[in-house]
Amino acid sequence: MSDQNKPVGAISIRNVTKIYDPDGVNVMAVDDCSLEIAAGEVCMIVGPSGCGKTTLLNAIAGFHSITAGEIYLDDQLLCGPSKPKAEQGADRMVVFQHGALFPWKTLGENVAYGPIVQGVMTKAEAHEKAEYMLAEAGIGDVAHKYPGEVSSGMARRSEIVRALINDPKVLLLDEPYRAMDALTKSIMHESLLEVYDKTKVTIFFITHDLEEAIFLGDRVVVMTTRPATLKKTVDVSIPRPRDYQTLTTEEFRVLVEETKEAVHEEAKKAFDAGERELA
Amino acid sequence: MKQKESTVNTREAPTGLALRVYNWQKSLKTLTPYLMFFGVFLWIATYYLFVEGWELPRFNKLPGPVEVITEWINPDPDWGISLFSPIYYEHIIVSCRRILIAFTIATCVGVPLGLFMGWSKTFRDYTFPILEVLRPIPILAWVPLAILMFSGFETPVIYLATLASLFVTTLNTLLGVDSIDEEYFRAAKCLGSKPYHVFWHIVVPGSLPFIFTGLQISVGVAWFSLVAAEMVSGEFGLGYMIMDSYMNITYVTMVIGMLTLGFVGWVSSALVRFAGNRMMQWRVRALALEGR
Repeated sequence: MSDQNKPVGAISIRNVTKIYDPDGVNVMAVDDCSLEIAAGEVCMIVGPSGCGKTTLLNAIAGFHSITAGEIYLDDQLLCGPSKPKAEQGADRMVVFQHGALFPWKTLGENVAYGPIVQGVMTKAEAHEKAEYMLAEAGIGDVAHKYPGEVSSGMARRSEIVRALINDPKVLLLDEPYRAMDALTKSIMHESLLEVYDKTKVTIFFITHDLEEAIFLGDRVVVMTTRPATLKKTVDVSIPRPRDYQTLTTEEFRVLVEETKEAVHEEAKKAFDAGERELA
Repeated sequence: MKQKESTVNTREAPTGLALRVYNWQKSLKTLTPYLMFFGVFLWIATYYLFVEGWELPRFNKLPGPVEVITEWINPDPDWGISLFSPIYYEHIIVSCRRILIAFTIATCVGVPLGLFMGWSKTFRDYTFPILEVLRPIPILAWVPLAILMFSGFETPVIYLATLASLFVTTLNTLLGVDSIDEEYFRAAKCLGSKPYHVFWHIVVPGSLPFIFTGLQISVGVAWFSLVAAEMVSGEFGLGYMIMDSYMNITYVTMVIGMLTLGFVGWVSSALVRFAGNRMMQWRVRALALEGR
């Protein structure tokens, strides 16, 4: 449960290295990467395909181990030399690239699932809260539908609600709006900002879309091509709350320009290397 | 806007029986039922022409459709078996009962076995080689063993049908668990699931589509091996009826037995499909939106 007074959810990534060894060939995905994310910050990670962004996310979430370095959440060790793989927990909620709502549960059941299995709420309480939160997000009337029956935008929004009902310290998003058209995307952005303004949860957001990164983020971190390290950090000082009109301001345009150059350079390198993406 | 809406869709979406009637009426407007009807007609017509019309060589020894249908609906059958003879139903009931027992045992063992094999790497490592070696052994090769192991007629026959069905069910269930996207497992863990939550909420529902595909095949395989077994040993059942009619040169009854098997098998698959759709509303509804 988050403390109202003191913000929680600071992530400290210290000298993290990750080496995969598919078929006995070592592939360095992340090389000595350090990054401090403040509690309540929206940190956008941008970089070429397969550069190791997702590797970082997987390490924080506890899906994969790391080879060297340490990751802390609020001064508590998540993973390090003593335990290479972080434990998975409801304090770090992941929203997946392809969407991972359980198709065999209705949206309401999906949202209520976390609190029920953690044993923090009874079934009735969890369903009540799920319905309330879905209604808050403007999708209350489809709570009884299955994910296969609703639009991708609604499904994605419910997935974020499913994460938020657990009151996480950190929200880890892996290109959640990748497959969406620009119009749906902008609606999703606004609703995510709305959520953020309400909860002030720390957000670790991976994307390829620069405008998305600058529109949503407090800070945009550009990663190099594999092995990933930090290439450039861009602070976004555009005041919140932001809306779609922000997209047309001079300030926004300048920031996009500034970031684009760095990203393009790395994208070119990645393309020339022509390596297959790793998860 | 409001006015437009009211002219476009004022009706409530139909549900339950109303939905069935609606879909049935809709299907009458498509070619499907007529093509199906025509297909069956074409098949019977060809059968008739080959056997009774032109009396082609190799076909002329077979009983033709007219002969078979006349006998089938004859209250006083020439060869002893028709829709009106109690023995006909006894054969059907005996076979169905055997299938029911075999299929139930195979499902109750095969589905959990497959789920555990898919869920636990260790368990799979222990059991998979055994499954893969036993599975390709044709069911007829098990017949002597079945007779050695069990006495009487009933148990060996059921044993063979169960065995055949079991392998199919287990393998399909296992593949079903494999088919579940890794992200669902990650999401479940992330949301705080214990291993048994993952089993009940992810592994079981996620593999249901494969399980039911497997069950449809397995009920077919059960019929196949049941009839094979009944032909070798048994004193009742459709397989026995077919073999017995062949021995007694009552070929008409033999064909009646074959067609009956076809119908009963079809009904049993349909029942499995129906149960599957009931248990997987999420899938049915999503597929319906894609127009399937």
